[in-house]
Amino acid sequence: MSNVHAGSGDHEGLDREDSAPGDSRVAKSVIAYVIGLGLAVMLTVASFVLSGTDWLYGPSLPVALIVLAIAQIGIHLVYFLHITTAPDNTNNVMALVFGVFIVFLVIGGSIWIMGHLNGNMMPAHQLGQIGGM
Amino acid sequence: MSQAAFQAPAADADPYKLGGSRKLRGGGGGHGRGGHPEPTGHGEGGPASPRVIVGYGFWIFLLSDIIMFSAFFAAYAVLERGTAGGPTGHDLFDLKRVAIETSFLLLSSFTCGLSNVASDARSKWGTELFLLLTGLLGAAFLLLEVQEFREMIAQGAGPERSAFLSAFFALVGCHGLHVFAGLLWLGTMMAQVLVKGFRPHIMHRLLCFNLFWHALDIIWVALFTVVYLIGAGA
Repeated sequence: MSNVHAGSGDHEGLDREDSAPGDSRVAKSVIAYVIGLGLAVMLTVASFVLSGTDWLYGPSLPVALIVLAIAQIGIHLVYFLHITTAPDNTNNVMALVFGVFIVFLVIGGSIWIMGHLNGNMMPAHQLGQIGGM
Repeated sequence: MSQAAFQAPAADADPYKLGGSRKLRGGGGGHGRGGHPEPTGHGEGGPASPRVIVGYGFWIFLLSDIIMFSAFFAAYAVLERGTAGGPTGHDLFDLKRVAIETSFLLLSSFTCGLSNVASDARSKWGTELFLLLTGLLGAAFLLLEVQEFREMIAQGAGPERSAFLSAFFALVGCHGLHVFAGLLWLGTMMAQVLVKGFRPHIMHRLLCFNLFWHALDIIWVALFTVVYLIGAGA
């Protein structure tokens, strides 16, 4: 184990055809992280400022905040996790797409179904009458 | 089956790539669009390097972890109105503290990335320094969160107060537990880098730790938006 630095392990990550997530020759540099941080800070500040003021029509505020959050998650994926559309990243992107699909199914499905259940629920005072009998 | 499918593919073509329709390759046939007659794992390409396999496996784990969080998010979204006459998010959340927490976690994600750059350059002290910064920022984040929880419980707004608060503590607490586990892992990695140096398997662990820490920040982005910003506005 004396000379591991100079060995082939040094360039083990540089597979020509596949990239591990977080592992990209193109994007992995200090500059990429600085750009990512700058964009993420901008989006975060925008979210907090928007929520603290009434510049936006009230009911549209959650939508705007969610759009900003999704944009920031995209920034994190590209600049911090180095998930790109390059061909050596296809496998990572496919896994991500599947994960996002499940996330939307779980969250969207829960809100949808529970919203309908709430809508069909008996009003509280009628429930109370049933309980009293 | 075209004739071209049986020709030896060019040496730099990856036969196992999903959707890999390379110009180098002759035509269709074989499995899917790859057009390669050999089953996976037996071709001339051989398996990917351990770093790619480890990273991919950990990426799958992170995605399943995110799916687990999505269940907590769904529970929170469904139960958010169930305050049982108790305090709402608007009464409880202190956005100033959340902004500080957010900046700590975002900066720690940045320094974690810099530690990645440093370990790529095989700079031991650079790696240690940036990992230490990451850990300090993460610990500061966690302290603020614990302080918030204590204040809420002291006001009688603990997880037993209402369905909304149960879901809140479950979701935010689960993220906090992940950060705590990440801090333990970070300390372990600092010790291993110090003692063992940049051996290949240490590099794999550093890669996985980086992915984990960045994923925590991604979950926090969703969390501060959905729980704190939207909750405080409502």
